[in-house]
Amino acid sequence: MLSYRIVHYINQFFAGIGGEEKADYKPEAREGVVGPGQALNAAFKGRAQIVGTVICGDSYFAEHMAEASAEILEMIRKFSPDAVVAGPAFNAGRYGTASGAVLELVSKELKIPVVGGMYPENPGVELYRKSAYIVRTSDSARGMGEAVQGMARIALKLLDGEKIGTPEEEGYIERGLRKNIFLDKVGGERAAEMLAKKLRGEPFKTEYPMPVFDRVAPNPPIHDMKKAVVALVTSGGIVPKGNPDHIEASSATHYGEYSLAGVLTADEEHYETAHGGYDPTYANKDPNRVLPVDVLRQLEKEGVIGKLHEKYYSTVGNGTSVGNAKRFGEEIVGKLKKDGVDAVIVTST
Amino acid sequence: MHVCTIVPISQTVGANRIVPAVAIPHPLGDPTRTHEEEVQIRRNLVLKALKALGTEVHEQTVFTD
Repeated sequence: MLSYRIVHYINQFFAGIGGEEKADYKPEAREGVVGPGQALNAAFKGRAQIVGTVICGDSYFAEHMAEASAEILEMIRKFSPDAVVAGPAFNAGRYGTASGAVLELVSKELKIPVVGGMYPENPGVELYRKSAYIVRTSDSARGMGEAVQGMARIALKLLDGEKIGTPEEEGYIERGLRKNIFLDKVGGERAAEMLAKKLRGEPFKTEYPMPVFDRVAPNPPIHDMKKAVVALVTSGGIVPKGNPDHIEASSATHYGEYSLAGVLTADEEHYETAHGGYDPTYANKDPNRVLPVDVLRQLEKEGVIGKLHEKYYSTVGNGTSVGNAKRFGEEIVGKLKKDGVDAVIVTST
Repeated sequence: MHVCTIVPISQTVGANRIVPAVAIPHPLGDPTRTHEEEVQIRRNLVLKALKALGTEVHEQTVFTD
């Protein structure tokens, strides 16, 4: 029986070229197996064969993403593979990100199966789990044996056109994709069973896992509010009238930054809400009800606070993805810090 | 700090200083009151928010009064 042709993507470290000092290594294609390809090849048990290995330095890829991707894609294409496997990258962030990017591109351009392997906290997981099957690995190369077994198994299943089971059954990281399935019991019955198990203190498995949120340590308090620059941020969607940045009424993909210079009150003539998740009547009639500019101006005048920051930030918190919200938060915090803001009041509807 | 109506959501997403607000469509206002009364309600909430910002906390804290 003819075996499938596999191309393997690895970084400079696993290729034995070098560590950080060689991280700027340019893409290179080699015939056959290199480094961990040996173990991966063995795991295919003759059903597939690594015909070529593409190597790239982690920093080189990160710093030249567009050209490195294009070059790597061409190298892979020349081997005429049936599937591409990248890593395992374990908990190496740049390696994970690079292998995820390569797999996404190969899947899109060559339309062949792709498989990666990473530790669940590798940043490459969050970025590329929707584009590729990423096998759950340990955080270091100690888990190489187990990782390549799982990667080989999923690659072969994909190549054979077999159905891939759930993340638990197959050992890959949940992809965040929804799939319709038929079950014998209706939702209500399953929910009641779960609740009964919960009440009895028995283990149960949710059908809708909640996202995991970050925790941050509380910041120290403001000691002299009279000197503090206070900023307003809202998820209540208050925007200048006409919503100039077209912030979406739900599932927002961006936020707006707006000047408050000379603004004494968020009045209905100049402001409105873009939020599609609550009755906008009251917020439109008096936007101060969500973005309290009027009283902050009073308090500024009275010297209770030093200053109201001259810009405010607004988005719509309505089905907004945790990923986007996190990005908004990080960007806004960066800007507020740069502007020397001391304290922030975030308002939510 | 976070002024919000649905305190459990704020706790879930990890805010450390939380001040409960009035209602979802008007967290810092109350359209059933006169304008003056409403501004006073808003002012009290913002003062409470400033007080929260000036208070040392070691864990998630809801500032009720």
